Amino acid sequence: MKIYYSSVLALFSAVIFLTSCGNNNGKSSGGALNSSNAEKVYVAPGEQDEFYAFMSGGYSGNLTVYGLPSGRMFKEIPVFSQFPTSGYGYSEETKPMLETSHGFIPWDDSHHPDISQTNGELDGRWIFINGNNTPRIARISLTTFETVEIIEVPNSAGNHSSSFITENTEYVVAGTRFSVPIPQRDMPIKDYKGNFKGALSFISVDPESGHMDIKFQLMMPGFDYDLSHPGRDKSHGWFFFTTYNTEEANSLLEVNASQNDKDFIAAVNWKKIEEYVNNGGGTKMPANYAHNLYDEDTHMGTTTMKKEVLTVDPLKVPGAVFFLPTPKSPHGCDVDPTGEYIIGNGKLSADLTVHSFTKMIDAIENKKFDGEAYGIPILKFEDVLAGTVKSGGLGPLHTEFDGKGNAYTTFFISSEVVKWKLGSWEVIDRKPTFYSVGHLMIPGGNSRKPFGKYVVALNKITKDRYLPTGPEMEHSAQLYDISGEKMELIYDFPTHGEPHYAAGIPASILAPKSQKIYRLDENKHPYAVLSPDQARVERKGNEVHIYMSTIRSHFTPDNIEGVKVGDKVYFHITNHEQDFDVPHGFAMIGQNSSELLVMPGQTKTSIWEPKQVGVWPFYCTDFCSALHQEMQGYVRVSPASSNIELSWSLGED
Amino acid sequence: MKYFLKSMTILFTLALISCGGGEEKKEEKISIGQKPKVETKTEAPTSNEVPASQRITLDNKGVGKIKNVELGATVDQAMVDRGANLFKTNCTACHKIDKRFIGPSPTGILKRRSPEWIMNMILDPKLMAEEDQCAKDLLIEFNGAAMANQNMTEAQARDILEYFRTLN
Repeated sequence: MKIYYSSVLALFSAVIFLTSCGNNNGKSSGGALNSSNAEKVYVAPGEQDEFYAFMSGGYSGNLTVYGLPSGRMFKEIPVFSQFPTSGYGYSEETKPMLETSHGFIPWDDSHHPDISQTNGELDGRWIFINGNNTPRIARISLTTFETVEIIEVPNSAGNHSSSFITENTEYVVAGTRFSVPIPQRDMPIKDYKGNFKGALSFISVDPESGHMDIKFQLMMPGFDYDLSHPGRDKSHGWFFFTTYNTEEANSLLEVNASQNDKDFIAAVNWKKIEEYVNNGGGTKMPANYAHNLYDEDTHMGTTTMKKEVLTVDPLKVPGAVFFLPTPKSPHGCDVDPTGEYIIGNGKLSADLTVHSFTKMIDAIENKKFDGEAYGIPILKFEDVLAGTVKSGGLGPLHTEFDGKGNAYTTFFISSEVVKWKLGSWEVIDRKPTFYSVGHLMIPGGNSRKPFGKYVVALNKITKDRYLPTGPEMEHSAQLYDISGEKMELIYDFPTHGEPHYAAGIPASILAPKSQKIYRLDENKHPYAVLSPDQARVERKGNEVHIYMSTIRSHFTPDNIEGVKVGDKVYFHITNHEQDFDVPHGFAMIGQNSSELLVMPGQTKTSIWEPKQVGVWPFYCTDFCSALHQEMQGYVRVSPASSNIELSWSLGED
Repeated sequence: MKYFLKSMTILFTLALISCGGGEEKKEEKISIGQKPKVETKTEAPTSNEVPASQRITLDNKGVGKIKNVELGATVDQAMVDRGANLFKTNCTACHKIDKRFIGPSPTGILKRRSPEWIMNMILDPKLMAEEDQCAKDLLIEFNGAAMANQNMTEAQARDILEYFRTLN
């Protein structure tokens, strides 16, 4: 009887559905408009997106990869957080990636991804992202989509005005949000003012290998350095940092850091400081920070503790650092594609302050100063100001550019994106966001050559946009078509963690060079098994090393005896597949870590410390073939006192 | 819905009964595990059907980009050495010289398969298993264990073929 009812119901609703469709098509132009929006974001089955979007994962510590315009998530790349899905941060090879001077840290708060550039244009070689909490910068390969390097930043705390790169990827820059005693020492907190310092770190990037090294740290007054962006084109060689808490308050900053009418944008001539440092300038100070590097040939991460860092006192390099007064605790610091305009997004203001690079140089040359802060010249506000955008919005945070002379600014408090014109400062359009937008991203919007087709708004609050999932909702992102004069909201999609910033790039740059397999004949892992006849088990004291290989669908060996309670068993697993997208997984019962997901041609290592006598199975976790369920094996674990010899086999061998 | 539940219950009971039945007759349970190899192979295709692994299909070049292969009058030792190495790294997880394993042994393969068929099978096993009758039958004979594409270049597949010429 119930069946009958539900089929009637289904029929009935189908009729309604059909009818309503007909009606829509028939009358309203709104319906037609909606369907064209649907077409704009519809990527048909089997077809691919036009852009990659890399969203920071915020408190997930990772980086997620999406397609635009579809909003489909392709991958979560583990960066600062352990990731049981692949074994990152659990496998012996990747554990060193999460080492710091504070020991092994399995998590961070990832914020601002930035794609490498050549001549100010996206080159798609690497993407960098900062760990905010325990200051670190990571480099991710855009051929393997894996984290390949993480460098800790000493003398820094709340690594927030990071990780932004100069236009030839000469440097990735990491500025401290919280100023701290340098060197760290035991002192009263209330003595902050005048005693704490803010370190701005310039990390050089090797043009071939991408390897990072801290070239110098600029020791600035103890303000909060919030965000930054490089100069480009005509302003290449400069870097701009927003500051707040120029009051140097150490408590109740919500009130006490909002006293000054204007804070600063710090303009740093890094080329001048680089020259000073290359000529032997700067002071080496003792430090302790981790440099973690993943070798793509050995598939192995290593940690080197570095013991020294070069510091630069800005007063020792005249003409290198200036302050641009900027109203109302500016947050985002954005530079337009021509390099002329430096935008201060005064988050407690209704207006945007735009400084002119040309005027800034002129003010410097003509010494149009308005005093100094800790010996650093403050330029006269009126003499560097290019214009003010009177938007009528509230709480501007970030600005991106479309490369056609327009800028797009997010307003957090009034929940909107405002499009305005560079030079005339007039507001062209405004569209609501749902809700409380933070960052926004135009692919290449932070380079000389933006791809101004879409803007993604990264909202902080989701509320009713999706089906409720308990008190916690994923953050909502919104996609706007910006190809016309007016912006058009065309799509909503959820994002993972809390994306602070994002970086987008045309798929045509990345997709062709995305790596498909690791070649077995290039595998230099010291524990790799390059042909199945090398598979073996070796004992070294209480360590047992199992050299194992996998192919659809068996492990070699799959029967192992002679392991004892108290042993430390290393599974070194080499995946002998050489076909795209055929990883094998490995999981051992009772293991105090995670599974491994081993890519074709790759070797990964996992430790198991058996505590109980018995015969314990392991299996492949990644459905690899029709015989995947058969991909399993056993380890016999004998008492610690047993004298059973190590042995291993597969089939009758 | 009730109908559905009822039939599920019946099905489930049946499943339980049949399971129980299997366990009672232990000897037969063992024979279920072994017989298909011996019996169904000889019984099901009946009479004179030769298993795919022993069938001779020298006229069949297979499906794929390899249309014609010229074998030299003598084997090229440099190619053989390279081929043996590649075979060891990429193939021995499933193919043993001296016996059938996950897949068939390559020993004597040139008496059964054309050089083109062999190279096509190495270069695109998925396409072959979909479109070549012999490859399809092999997949069934070998329990559905699909051959892995090891991303060999044409030159590498040719080296392996040369190595196979020495396996008689």
